[in-house]
Amino acid sequence: MSTTPVYFAGIDIGSTASKTVVLKDGKIEDYFVLPTGWNGRETANAILEQLKTRGYADAMRCVATGYGRICVDYADKIVTEITCHGKGGWAIFKKNMTIIDVGGQDTKMIKVIDGQVADFLMNDKCAAGTGKFIEVMATRLGADLNEMYEMAAHGQPLAISAMCTVFAESEVISHIGSGEKREDIAAGVIHSVASRVANLAARFGLEENIVLTGGLCESPYFIQTLSDKIGHPVETDAFARYAGALGAALTAAKRRDLE
Amino acid sequence: MLNLPANFETYAEARKAGFMKMKEIKDNGGRIVGVYCSFVPQELLMAANAAAAPLCASSDEPIPAAETKLPRNLCPLIKASYGFALTDTCPYFYFSDFIVGETTCDGKRKMFELMNELKETYVMQLPHSRDEAALRSWTGEVIRLKEKLEDFYHITITEDQIRDAIRLKNHERRAMLGFLELGKLNPAPISGYEMGTRLDGLGFNFDLEERIAIIEERTKEVLADWEANYKGKESTRPRILITGCPNSGVRDKIIKTVEELGADVVAFDCCNGTREKVEPVDENMPIYDALAKKYLNINCSVMSPNNSRMQYIDEMIDEYQVDGVIEIILQACHTYNIESHYVKQTVTNKGKSYLMIETDYSQADKGQILTRLEAFLETLEK
Repeated sequence: MSTTPVYFAGIDIGSTASKTVVLKDGKIEDYFVLPTGWNGRETANAILEQLKTRGYADAMRCVATGYGRICVDYADKIVTEITCHGKGGWAIFKKNMTIIDVGGQDTKMIKVIDGQVADFLMNDKCAAGTGKFIEVMATRLGADLNEMYEMAAHGQPLAISAMCTVFAESEVISHIGSGEKREDIAAGVIHSVASRVANLAARFGLEENIVLTGGLCESPYFIQTLSDKIGHPVETDAFARYAGALGAALTAAKRRDLE
Repeated sequence: MLNLPANFETYAEARKAGFMKMKEIKDNGGRIVGVYCSFVPQELLMAANAAAAPLCASSDEPIPAAETKLPRNLCPLIKASYGFALTDTCPYFYFSDFIVGETTCDGKRKMFELMNELKETYVMQLPHSRDEAALRSWTGEVIRLKEKLEDFYHITITEDQIRDAIRLKNHERRAMLGFLELGKLNPAPISGYEMGTRLDGLGFNFDLEERIAIIEERTKEVLADWEANYKGKESTRPRILITGCPNSGVRDKIIKTVEELGADVVAFDCCNGTREKVEPVDENMPIYDALAKKYLNINCSVMSPNNSRMQYIDEMIDEYQVDGVIEIILQACHTYNIESHYVKQTVTNKGKSYLMIETDYSQADKGQILTRLEAFLETLEK
């Protein structure tokens, strides 16, 4: 990697999925996603293999971000997911906004003004209001995430009132036990997460534009529910899932201290 | 600037050295009064020729024991204070003749009732506002503490003794403040980690004259080093002001981490920073009025309203050329937590960045705090 870099890779190792974006001449050259699995270092190696196979690794500069960023030992620099989501979000949406990132491990609110992160808030002490909550409940309902979103869209939300994931799981089990429909339970789970996220957003204070990044932006049902609870439309973008990785790649392309 | 001097005494070392001094005082028939908070007028203890022992309150070790009697959802400082007393693991508590508490929050107020079962705990009733009635009542409390000391030790405390104590304590305040104000220099001449550790550590030295000499010497040394080696050399490291709750119990987790990540902690608006040092006791007023006025003006969040704290933070941001403010909230400290609303407003109105971290003494949230601090410093990159 000693030659002048042509490719700028951003690697976002999330708790559930690892996203990679490669830039060349300021344009997106390639992107891919891999499951993170239990070993961040193995995931980082699998990504490097991909980057080699696809022919970027020999002339590449790379910035790692996300929960498992320190596992990417070949990264030239590590930057937090807050900064990367801010930069990537700015590149995708090109306006002042509040970014809501519902991840597998935590939920973040990031205020972006003129391309810079102006303020942020994280919920990372509790699984309620994060993708983890949906994952746990999906497992309980014997569904994968896509099936979960699909089911929820066809259900009438049941109330899930427990704040704690562990207790909410017992609540879901008792719903199952009393013969409630899976669709209704799934809808209840999505509503519960959306409520928590909306509460956090109200506390944080929102900009005129609200956008959603992270894995949950692939569920139209979640976006609709969240918009309803916030009382303001929430936008997203097909590429929003890659916002963190894109921000990292942009950082790699720009950083003077990496020259 | 996280280079610590070769002879740097850690907090633990200073605390340990204090044990021996304390035992010596006790063996020679000396008087020792245990205190927790900067609201207790130390001049009265000095006038009674009693050492003020800073009681242990900043480790999570005794917290499980404390939680056998206290609720879990309580500030770690209160739980640790009580836990150390309950498990008899704080030598300062052990050697104290009695304890002086104060009503700086509801948690402490009620905890002191339980503590009183372990050792006599005398509580000063601190009013929570600064109007005339509050000042009158607090003046009464200051006099009541003097009388308590006289009763307890069967002594008479004279006005002259109190005046001498006021002069000496004011000198010590000036010396400490002078040391902390080194943080106004740019580039920062000394790490915030060292400043905080030294100040807390000196609390374990019961000879005020010696305390003053040590800190004045170190101030001179740092200043000379700065003049010779750093003056005029601009630094790009962001300059941080720490505010909020007492931070001794999270100094490694937060302050050290901030400096390791490439910022300089230059200013401390907290009980173990400049907060108690900025206003001396007026040496020309009647003594009890002077003491009451000075101590009631401490910018603790228990005061309502507490606008003077916002004013002070506003001034500090300018004087210390601060780029970002990190507020440390100890879990379940309602007054600082709620007041953080105004602190954030004050800071962001000046166009500066603000981060609030709510934490306790455990290591459980180390990773999350690291991410927050890193992200915050990334927003400050120049």
